[in-house]
Parts: sequence; C-alpha cells; structure tokens
Amino acid sequence: MESNQAPQGLMGSNDNIQRTQDPYVTGTSVVALKYKDGILMAADMGGSYGSTLRYKTVERLKPVGKHSLLGASGEISDFQEILHYLDELILYDNMWDDGNSLGPKEVHSYLTRVMYSRRNKFDPLWNSLVLGGVKNGQKYLGMVSMIGVNFEDNHVATGFGNHLARPILRDEWHENLSFEDGVKLLEKCMRVLLYRDRSAVNKLQIAKITDEGVTISQPYSLKTFWGFSAFENPTVGAEGSW
Amino acid sequence: MDLNMNDLNQPHSMGTTIIGVTYNGGVVLGADSRTSTGVYVANRASDKITQLTDNVYICRSGSAADSQTVSDYVRYFLHQHTIQLGEPATVKVAANLVRLLSYNNKNILQTGVIVGGWDKYEGGKIYGIPLGGTIIEQPFAIGGSGSSYLYGFFDQVWREGMTREEAEQLVVKAVSLAIARDGASGGVVRTVTINSEGVTRKFYPGDKLPLWHEELEPQNSLLDILKHPGPEPMNI
Repeated sequence: MESNQAPQGLMGSNDNIQRTQDPYVTGTSVVALKYKDGILMAADMGGSYGSTLRYKTVERLKPVGKHSLLGASGEISDFQEILHYLDELILYDNMWDDGNSLGPKEVHSYLTRVMYSRRNKFDPLWNSLVLGGVKNGQKYLGMVSMIGVNFEDNHVATGFGNHLARPILRDEWHENLSFEDGVKLLEKCMRVLLYRDRSAVNKLQIAKITDEGVTISQPYSLKTFWGFSAFENPTVGAEGSW
Repeated sequence: MDLNMNDLNQPHSMGTTIIGVTYNGGVVLGADSRTSTGVYVANRASDKITQLTDNVYICRSGSAADSQTVSDYVRYFLHQHTIQLGEPATVKVAANLVRLLSYNNKNILQTGVIVGGWDKYEGGKIYGIPLGGTIIEQPFAIGGSGSSYLYGFFDQVWREGMTREEAEQLVVKAVSLAIARDGASGGVVRTVTINSEGVTRKFYPGDKLPLWHEELEPQNSLLDILKHPGPEPMNI
C-alpha cells in the first residue's frame, strides 16, 4: 500500500488527500415508515466484515437530540464518526439555551450537506442514513446516501431494503397505521430481508419516535418459516436440479 | 537455488491469532508468536501483546510496522494523559485513542487490534478495533488471520462469568487450535492476565500445547521408536 500523505496531523486530518475508501465493517439495510404517532424504524444488529458475519450486537439506530432518530447502513466506523459530529451539533444547539431545538428536518439537512461535501472531496462517509423524527406534531422521514442524494417519503429503506422491503411497503403502507400494524409491517420486511439478504443477522431492534420521545427496543430475533412441502423434496422428479 | 527472492522484501506481517476475553474480575489477552515476511518466518517468538499503560495492554495483528507505530504513539499519549489526569487511564480512553489513529489513517494503516485492561471504574473490559477504525466493546474478541478458525469454537464454548483459570485455559486452547490450522500463526502462546491486583504474563511453549487431530506426540528420534516399538497389533 502506498502512502500519499504528508506525515502530519495524526489524530485528525488537515489537508491530507485521501481517496475513496473501501468499507470494512458494514451494516446492512435499515427500514422505516411513518405511522399514526410518529416514525418506526428497524435495523438488524449485524456488523459484517466482508463475507464474515463478524459482529452481532452493533446498534445501528441511535437517538439524535430530542426530536430525531438516526439509522445507518454501511461502514460502522464512519457512522460512529457521524454520531460524534451530531453530538457536537446538538451540544452547540443546546448552548444557545434559547428554547429552540434542532428538529428532524434540520438534522437531515445538516447530514445531507456533510455527505455531499465529503463526496465532492472524493472522501465519502460510506453510509446510507435514515433520519426520522417528530417535532410539534409534524412527522418527518428522510434518507441520505453516501453521495449526498437525499429525499423524504412516507417509507424509506437502505441497501437491499430498497429492493425487498419498499415493494411490500408500497403495497401495504397507508396513512395513520397503528403502532401494532406498523411493527407487524416492519417485521414482515425484516423477515424477508433475513431470508434473502446474505448479510442479514437474526437479531434486530425496532425504534419508535413520537412527540413524547425516542424508544429503542431491546434486541430480539424473528421466527422463520421453513415448512413448505416444496422445501422438503425440491428435486423430486428432477434429480440433479436444485 | 530458490529464486523466491521477493519473499525477503515482503512487508513484515503478523498473520496472527489474537484473543481477548473478559472473566469474573478482569481480562485475559492471548496471542501466537509468529511474524512472517511472505512465506519465511522472520520471528518465531514475537511478543504481540504490548503494554500501553500499567493496566491496559493491546494485542496487535496485521502489519507489524503499523501496529507497533500505533502502539508507540498511544503509549506516548497515554503517558501524558495519565500525568494530567492524576490517576491510571481507563481502558475506554486507551481504546478510543487507538481508534482515532486507526480511523483517521484508515487508507494507510493495515492493522486490527484488541485493547484490553482493567480500571477501577468499569473493571475488566475488551475493545475490538478492526480495519477501518470501528470500535466495539465486547465480552470477548478474536482477531487476526487465525481467528477465522475460531468463530464456531467460541460460539459453542463461550459463557459469561468464567473464573480466571477457566478463561486462561480457554484462551490457550483457542490460540493453539488456530495455530493448528492457520499457516500464518504459530510458535508459542503468550497470555497476559489483567485484574485489580495487577498484570501476569504467561508463556506456553509450542511443545507444551495440546495435540489436535492428525498431530502426533513429538519424539526425539526414530531410533527411540525402533528401540522401544509400541505393542504389535493382534491377529484376530
């Protein structure tokens, strides 16, 4: 590996030129939807190291300030760095002590600027972020990718979730879902991801955010179904196939 | 004459097995002792468990140069931090210093480490810091090329609240299993146990480790075997 760096600034980068990196420890999909009282968000607790399912208790859903919830997929070290930036952002916001606090829209905008700015320097934060929250009764749910593409919607997902969960959500989501229906819908999406995403791990958390605050569930696992008769003897009548 | 001269100029790399395990009262860190340049074993008795402070040690894997340099810087920073703080540094601070260097230089460094130690606030703690600079606190951590062979083993055998002896035995067994299968790990098993009472280093030479599948009891010479042959098989 060559070094194209001047030997300065160990703990933080000054004007070091870095190139687009490779991700090492990564999290897979995050899925989220708006429901009657706020936002529900789900993510598994896996940290993959290439094809190895190396870490199985990584928290990928974190509260931000009083009004927002952040879920991340992609490189975990970059997510940890983003949480550090957000800590500072919230701290400085609190220091104004003016009764105002950053809402989810503002946090989403900040993250978009950070992600896009890093992309322009060819040094991206290798994450896809889901930012959801409620402020003064207004629900907000948005997404930012590692190249700074951002949008908001009634339901969002990252990574594989885009291909497997969004179609389910497009079909079955409606306004004013109850908490129970929302959770069931998210669990349906997470189960499909567990079946079909190689990097999925069967230990997940579901978080909710309402005007009252943030709750992140304890880790739990989903039951899976394997009892199809077709699964038992799939190659009957077609020996050699799979 | 072997024309594999490129090996001699390969970077020193610690294809390695490193382990850190918490137990009831502290932590046990373990590692093999092989450092290779390409296929040649440059050092068969290296010490991959390096001291950062009196109460915090680090298991190094990956590039020998990178991991040594990171350790040296963190030891230097922690020394000053301890003086300023007026008491021993916590394991968390040590681990986060390592993470800062790993993360901010992620495009240059090639080292994955395990930081373990004991402090009076949190007791025994283990932090894994793989390539890329993610920091993750774990009840046990494994790393290095040999760790691939240990995921299943630990999944089966690990439990919380072991005694010190149980934890040490587990670490020695695990490193020796990895050495049996990973060409890049070998030599002796070193362990470092850290708790409220202090630090203990132990050394398990290669010939004292248990034998695994298809491994035979070592002998001095064939001549000994011929002199005292084993029992003849029966003819039934």
